Amino acid sequence: MQIEKFQYDNKIVKYFVIATVIFGLVGMLVGLLIAIQLFYPVFNFDLPYTTFGRLRPLHTNAVIFAFVGNAMFAGTYYSAQRLLKSRMFSDKLSWINFWGWQLIILAAAITLPLGLTTSKEYAELEWPIDIAIALVWVVFGINLIGTILKRRERHMYVAIWFFIATFVTVAVLHIVNSLELPVSAFKSYSIYAGVQDALVQWWYGHNAVAFFLTTPFLGLMYYFLPKAANRPVYSYKLSIIHFWSLIFIYIWAGPHHLLYTSLPDWAQTLGVVFSIMLIAPSWGGMLNGLLTLRGAWDRVREEPILKFMVVAVTAYGMATFEGPMLSLKSVNAIAHYSDWIIAHVHIGGLGWNGFLIFGMLYWMIPRMWGTKLYSLKLANFHFWIGTLGIIFYALPLYVAGLTQSLMWKQFTEEGLLQYPNFLETVIQIVPMYMLRALGGLLYLIGTIVMSYNLVKTAKSGIFIANEDAEAPALEKKKIVGGHWHSVLERKPIIFTGLALVAVLIGGVVEMVPTFLIKSNVPTIESVTPYTSLELHGRDIYIREGCVSCHSQMVRPFRSETERYGEYSKAGEFVYDHPFLWGSKRTGPDLHRVGQKYPDSWHYYHMLDPTTMSPGSLMPAYPWLMKDTYSVDEIKPKITVMRKLGVPYPEGHEDQVDAEINAQSAGIVKRLTDAGIDTKQDKEIIALIAYLQRLGTDIKLKAEN
Amino acid sequence: MYKQVLERIDEIAMWPIISLIIFFSFFVGLIWWVVRLDKGHISKMENLPNEDDTIPTPVKSKL
Repeated sequence: MQIEKFQYDNKIVKYFVIATVIFGLVGMLVGLLIAIQLFYPVFNFDLPYTTFGRLRPLHTNAVIFAFVGNAMFAGTYYSAQRLLKSRMFSDKLSWINFWGWQLIILAAAITLPLGLTTSKEYAELEWPIDIAIALVWVVFGINLIGTILKRRERHMYVAIWFFIATFVTVAVLHIVNSLELPVSAFKSYSIYAGVQDALVQWWYGHNAVAFFLTTPFLGLMYYFLPKAANRPVYSYKLSIIHFWSLIFIYIWAGPHHLLYTSLPDWAQTLGVVFSIMLIAPSWGGMLNGLLTLRGAWDRVREEPILKFMVVAVTAYGMATFEGPMLSLKSVNAIAHYSDWIIAHVHIGGLGWNGFLIFGMLYWMIPRMWGTKLYSLKLANFHFWIGTLGIIFYALPLYVAGLTQSLMWKQFTEEGLLQYPNFLETVIQIVPMYMLRALGGLLYLIGTIVMSYNLVKTAKSGIFIANEDAEAPALEKKKIVGGHWHSVLERKPIIFTGLALVAVLIGGVVEMVPTFLIKSNVPTIESVTPYTSLELHGRDIYIREGCVSCHSQMVRPFRSETERYGEYSKAGEFVYDHPFLWGSKRTGPDLHRVGQKYPDSWHYYHMLDPTTMSPGSLMPAYPWLMKDTYSVDEIKPKITVMRKLGVPYPEGHEDQVDAEINAQSAGIVKRLTDAGIDTKQDKEIIALIAYLQRLGTDIKLKAEN
Repeated sequence: MYKQVLERIDEIAMWPIISLIIFFSFFVGLIWWVVRLDKGHISKMENLPNEDDTIPTPVKSKL
């Protein structure tokens, strides 16, 4: 057999590593800022670009796609080459992947603070960027599969399967969830509406967690953990079961994000059942990781890399136990919309993703620079301050979430809400918000220390851009038979196809009935499309990221119908492209806010929330009183909405002027009567029109 | 067209049953085959990450 000499490409890994560290710091810094905004609203700076609503998606996108995303590419490019005994398929594609991804991040960093957002969580980026993401992702996929095809190792190690599943599934998720019709260069409407949009979004949101934050990192765990422990994975058979059952079951569980909402009940139940089942593959993977260290636990004491990995895998186990528990409807009734969920995701983000990335970086950098880690002490310090950071982050939020949620539900003996003022329940948990920010700060300090340590390490060595390696060429002989899975491991294309089928089944089972069976979304006669002004106001609501803190989904609990009004019905959202149900209540639900307060209340409240609600933590929106809208920007919205199936009559665009004029004149008159000096073309007028419309369709019916 | 097809599947009662069958056969098949996996193959696969095929590069470390 001929031995071939070749070189591993370390340079591309190096660049992804640098991007990982930089965007890690940036993402965490933004996270710290928004954590502080929650108890010191003054840090919103009264500027549109720095309010919580716009920075929160910046934080999530920076951390998920820039920090974790770059780390995923770094780890994949490093391990895939070595497991396949081949340089990447094409250096050119590697670099298109790298620079393309960084450009997307740059575009996100510019557009999100500008308020250009679809409002769908973790899919906020507008359509031109969505297209760019799809293209760069395909480049990554071609590069990965190309490398697999020219490999020198006949069989694909389990880590490679996880990478393949990541590639195909994220592609499917991203494309299906981002289907939208453009209104302008940076504004689009989701092609789905209401319940269906919610189902697609959380099918995406849940599986983005699965296939962007979990599967690639399980692949990296299966590579880096055995390397760091210098022993094979505990059970390779278990890893096969882990892989197939995880990707198969994960897809079905999305609806657990929508329990007690207007989603059809059967879909909610399906989500619950599959979430419970998810414990099995998740814990199978976790135990496989931890048991890899059997007989080597003494090394964990000395090796910070192993420490990071043990905590990472443990955090994975905790989060994947907590997830199914949160999917039980009784637990979800308390936890949903509260800070409990924020704690839960940060166990995953800070613990699982963060710590696995740190362990991986401490492993790769000394090796790629042919040197030793600059300081073991600093790495240990990073480990401890990071762990403390996670604890200080998560524990206060568990307390906060539970406290606030129970306060929402507390009735007096007379049967009235004990805390009818929502703000009371917020102020109660402010000290917890402060502790959380401290936790975030500790974690950030750890990351800064790591960055210093890694830079020093790199400086002490010399970068090996191309690492020499040798391996026997893969003979082009035909192998017949063998075990079915070993056959599969030789045939990457068939393998990819099967992985795709496995992930499609769950999505199809959930979505097809929801989209095609009419009875799943009962129509309500009195529900009519938004007026042009309300539609524009809704877009302002989207732009300012109000959905980050306000839900529009009154659940069918007495504590909620007492506080907010009639519970939300599926048929009320049929014209909502996109849906705005929200996932967190830092402020009260707004679905029934329409006609609850006078127009002037909203005006003053947006100008300075504390005038209407003393002690409010909401940012002020003074620019809404100054900035103007133009009728010309609203007309195309009507056209696009009609294309999406909203029944605006043909030629409605010609009446937009008159319609807006009439509605805004009414609002301005009411504001003038209340002593407010404003004009019809101010953005606040459109926003008030929208807020006053919210949830009133079925109220009107009752009055008639 | 799709709508008609789906609405005609006997009030779609088949849908959950088909799902259940797919689900069960998936796992039964998976476990059946994994149990029968060849030991030699497994031990080769699990040692893949720790195979070192790189040629040590001479490095002038500054440490």
